[in-house]
Amino acid sequence: MGASELRAEIDRLADAGRFTEAAVALNGLWLQEPTAGSARFLIQRYESWRQSLALRSFRLAVLRSYTVEPLIPLLRAEAFVAGLDLTAHVGEFNVWAQDIYNASSPLYSFEPDAVILALEEPDPSEILGALDFFRRHSAAAVIVHNRAVPARPRRGVFDAQSDASEREAVQALNRRLRETVRDVRGVYVLDYDAVVAAAGAEAWRDARKWVSVRLPMASAQMSRLVGEWMRFVQPLAGKVAKCAVVDLDNTLWGGVIGEDGLDGVKLDDGLPGAFHRELQQALLDLTERGILLAVCSKNNPEEALEALEKHPGMLLRPRHFAAFRINWQEKAQNLEEIAAELNIGVDALAFIDDNPAERQNVRLRLPEATVIELPTDPSGYAAVVRDAPVFQRLQLSEEDSRRGAMYGEQRERKQLEQTCASPEDFLRSLEQEIEIAPLSGMTLARVAQLTQKTNQFNLTTRRYSEAQLEALAAQPGVRVWSLSVRDRFGDNGLTGVAITRQEGHVCEIDTLLLSCRVIGRTVETALLAWLARQAREDGARKLRGLFAPTKKNKPCETFYQDHGFREIERGEAGVLWELDLVADPALEAPSWVQVVAPAPVGD
Amino acid sequence: MTVIEELRRLAADILEVDLEELPPEASPETIDSWDSVQHLNLVLAIEEQYGIELDPEQIGGGVTLEDLAEIVESAQGE
Repeated sequence: MGASELRAEIDRLADAGRFTEAAVALNGLWLQEPTAGSARFLIQRYESWRQSLALRSFRLAVLRSYTVEPLIPLLRAEAFVAGLDLTAHVGEFNVWAQDIYNASSPLYSFEPDAVILALEEPDPSEILGALDFFRRHSAAAVIVHNRAVPARPRRGVFDAQSDASEREAVQALNRRLRETVRDVRGVYVLDYDAVVAAAGAEAWRDARKWVSVRLPMASAQMSRLVGEWMRFVQPLAGKVAKCAVVDLDNTLWGGVIGEDGLDGVKLDDGLPGAFHRELQQALLDLTERGILLAVCSKNNPEEALEALEKHPGMLLRPRHFAAFRINWQEKAQNLEEIAAELNIGVDALAFIDDNPAERQNVRLRLPEATVIELPTDPSGYAAVVRDAPVFQRLQLSEEDSRRGAMYGEQRERKQLEQTCASPEDFLRSLEQEIEIAPLSGMTLARVAQLTQKTNQFNLTTRRYSEAQLEALAAQPGVRVWSLSVRDRFGDNGLTGVAITRQEGHVCEIDTLLLSCRVIGRTVETALLAWLARQAREDGARKLRGLFAPTKKNKPCETFYQDHGFREIERGEAGVLWELDLVADPALEAPSWVQVVAPAPVGD
Repeated sequence: MTVIEELRRLAADILEVDLEELPPEASPETIDSWDSVQHLNLVLAIEEQYGIELDPEQIGGGVTLEDLAEIVESAQGE
């Protein structure tokens, strides 16, 4: 379909109230023709449909020393396609420092979720001072562009011989910038130098545009910087995928196993095998970021699994995948099943398939899932996966890189459970050990991440950033605990958080959550018993806990009741439960859970 | 469609004004929303649509749609 017919079709669908289909078609137009004209059309349509679509809003401020205005519509279009309604504020030229140092400047009244510092020549010490001030007035994330290394050093080839190399000096500045911002929470470096290098410094610059309108790049390159911005915006807005669901034939490998057999599977060093191996490597690298892999393929399961297990060119083996759906069902149905099996939402799936018809079908049936648009030629598969904004992470914890392995251990636990005579036998044979520890600098990032991501076993669902957690932990009477769980199959890592706040004789549980990986193994009872003991030690007579219902936390609705708490109040916020620490029998950790904890601390 | 007609439509889209308000002699002086940012967007859109490069002297502002059409036509003729 040509662009103008496609536009007419989009409006017909919207007029008929078929907004999901209209949005899919509109996103298709953008993929086909990502121009400024398409961006205007797309933004205008999304703005008039925004009530009918589930879009998340995001406010982005750009402080800059050069022209960025033409990039904004492209960015907003990309954001809409990703399900984000992005509002942008662009600061005046070269007044970024004044904007930051003036707490009543338009920057602060805009109330940004994130701020981009796009400066031609960022100075690390200047930036550090400004960030210091900014952090005291705003919790917004900050993304700082580093500096492009000059393509033509003033001393020519001698630059590479010289100790006073101009290019090395810029690299050193960039290193200093990274070290400077590393210790400020929620501040990230955008590798502008790498963005320029990927395009090629020659192709990047349009000298005439620079001199006349201070646009630092050729118009054909604008989308590169917009793409890099999106790789920060999406993780900041929570628009990320937890699982990459990948097709097999002509995606994970070249060829069709059902027709060509095991020998026909192409994963050699030639064409196109090398490109499918590159894709496998890119997927393997995703697992290091804590992203799960799953297979969704129309095939005979025995044949396909045999290839995964035995083919010598395979980089990914069955153990790398958290779930398999190899059958002749519709892929949308399979994706829903995979999400359910992994205990994640369909919106946390990213679908990778070489077949455009399958992709289109998933887009229409599961609009909340991300569909990765693969190029027609396999040579581009790996790059698309590596660049996808949904796979970007701004922080990585040890748990993230171990997640894939943990799902394998989980499968082993399930097998054990089936062979045990009773639930108690199973729990006993797990040989669980938990460690409860006060919040520390080393656990801060992970604890914050858990408060932000945990939905099912989360009594109050209060979300905390790292900065908020630090401030909270410093308040008198507040204790923040982390819980780590391991058993005979492996280490689940830091998978629980509890926050208590004591005033007088009452200790109230502000937060109590467990990652779904360790739900149902009674470690929650051990954690609660610890909290009760610590509260008694702190002089509390009552332990209170709120259950604030959400759409997703039904699994812990009866948690307090099950542990002998009494309901004392029922209101809009939820149900408040109480345990009498003096009169009621003391809570005990189950005998099959070994608890490692510091002796209760007194004040 | 003639170049001037195409430019009028493009400008109407970018400047968010009705086509009737954009006679060939329209310029940044006569249209409120035609500020320096929108001028840049218009120039970039023209470059994109016609696959040409405009000279900074010409894109500096103070031109009418008619002037722009002439520039496009001569660039296309080259």
